[in-house]
Amino acid sequence: MLPVPWPLCPPGDAMTTTQAEFRAALLDPARAVPDGLTDPKGEPTSRRFAVYRNNVTVALIDALRTGFPVLCKLLGDQNFDQLARLFARAHPPTSPLMMHYGEALPAFLDDFEPLAHIAYLQDVARLELALRRAYHAADSTALDPARLGALAPDVLMQTRLHLSPAVQLVHSRWPIHDIWRYNTQADAPKPRGIAQPVLVTRAAFDPEPHALTLAQAAWLQAIVENAPLEKAVDAATAHDAEFDLGPLLTLLIQQNALTDISTPKD
Amino acid sequence: MLDATLTPPRLPAAPGVGYKAQHFADLREAPGPVKWLEVHAENYMGDGGRPHAQLRALREDFAISVHGVGLSIGGEGRLDPDHLGRLKHLVAWLEPASFSEHLAWSTHGAEFLDDLLPLPYTDATLTRVADHIDEVQEVLGRRMLLENPSSYLAFAESTWSETDFLAELVRRTGCGLLLDVNNVFISATNLDYTPQSYLDAYPLAAVGEIHVGGHDEDEDDHGAPLLIDSHGREAAEPVWALLDHALAGTGPAPVLVEWDNDVPNWPTLRAEAERAASALASVPAG
Repeated sequence: MLPVPWPLCPPGDAMTTTQAEFRAALLDPARAVPDGLTDPKGEPTSRRFAVYRNNVTVALIDALRTGFPVLCKLLGDQNFDQLARLFARAHPPTSPLMMHYGEALPAFLDDFEPLAHIAYLQDVARLELALRRAYHAADSTALDPARLGALAPDVLMQTRLHLSPAVQLVHSRWPIHDIWRYNTQADAPKPRGIAQPVLVTRAAFDPEPHALTLAQAAWLQAIVENAPLEKAVDAATAHDAEFDLGPLLTLLIQQNALTDISTPKD
Repeated sequence: MLDATLTPPRLPAAPGVGYKAQHFADLREAPGPVKWLEVHAENYMGDGGRPHAQLRALREDFAISVHGVGLSIGGEGRLDPDHLGRLKHLVAWLEPASFSEHLAWSTHGAEFLDDLLPLPYTDATLTRVADHIDEVQEVLGRRMLLENPSSYLAFAESTWSETDFLAELVRRTGCGLLLDVNNVFISATNLDYTPQSYLDAYPLAAVGEIHVGGHDEDEDDHGAPLLIDSHGREAAEPVWALLDHALAGTGPAPVLVEWDNDVPNWPTLRAEAERAASALASVPAG
């Protein structure tokens, strides 16, 4: 062992290693280890560089596993890891906030031929992203429902509802709520063959997905876009002439999903 | 150079642990010798929800150390102003007793590579890292601690020893140091020097916090030992011995047990904190 704490190299024209070279080799195992990286005797070393390669790959795959548990269950660990490895190399994170890593996964799945036969995967991925966004969304104070009850019907229909930052709406042609539930809850029923847009709420700290009808999703989409209630109801009745706002409005109130209202005179 | 009057309260010279959400209830009911907690800054940069609520509750009972893993202080590019802004916001509301980051890089261009990557120690990198530390300390309005990395390889171009490099950063920026004795043991084994000689050359007077943690064992292409910084098990015996060696030089100091992967149940982690407490108990008061 050397008596000094760092093996100083002989002065002279030592190879320099840029971070661009380091990064390129890090995410591409086919690339050679950059010049200028050595073992303590000054010898080239691939096993040592491989530690960094492995650390980055494992960290990104782990983050995706944590972030997409249902997708992982649907594909199985081995298939998921393969997908995650390819995705991570093509789309490394663009922010140190790993809680949001994987935003690009649904679009990646869209172009991913080997899994093209499972068309609902990208919607499941979108739902899992929405659940994470809801978990980390800003806290908010719930609307006192008496404020809605106090409005005259014609004023109510011109009122705009403000949603909590935790509220998420995921459109889908697939039964993604049933699929999510079947893969997260022990005694859940098998998924049905229906379109299931999903509303995500967070009453306190735990995000909760709720299956919507297409009419309810159309109503909520209009609310998200800041339409007054009347316009939102019009959007819903275009899907279902019998649309009843009651159940969804009750759910939103119970889930602390409304934070405020703007009446026409505001 | 930092204005020393801005120095915030220090962490207690006692054991701390890296905070994991699964230990939330245990920490409040049976903290044992644990007096402070370390959190990774980036995990609390969401907008709200449970992570923030837990931190607000914990700060009532524990001193908090914010430990960044995403600032890329050793990066070739400039520090990300958005990330620095998020950090300033976190430090402003949480008012932690300490902020620390790593002598490493993790961002390249727009990419975050989610690992602590190594840099060569040259005059040029010294100037760049010192500028980055100056910027962090200026934005946060407080002194930061800089942690020594775990190294798996050497850079042919390095002209500074790691210990001299760190000492010069302290001299230029007024920052403090976070001495990770597990990293010292890993780097010394991997780069073939004695860990004691590293500590003897290290500016112990600047230490504001010490880390202990677990590592894994592997070997390189030539059969030489290659230790991996895994934070996934108990700290090894030689690492505890290095802690004693370091504490003899620093006097009583905040000692953190890091366990980030395969996180154990609370009694197992608390046992590590108790071992840190015994190490601290045998140090003569400064």
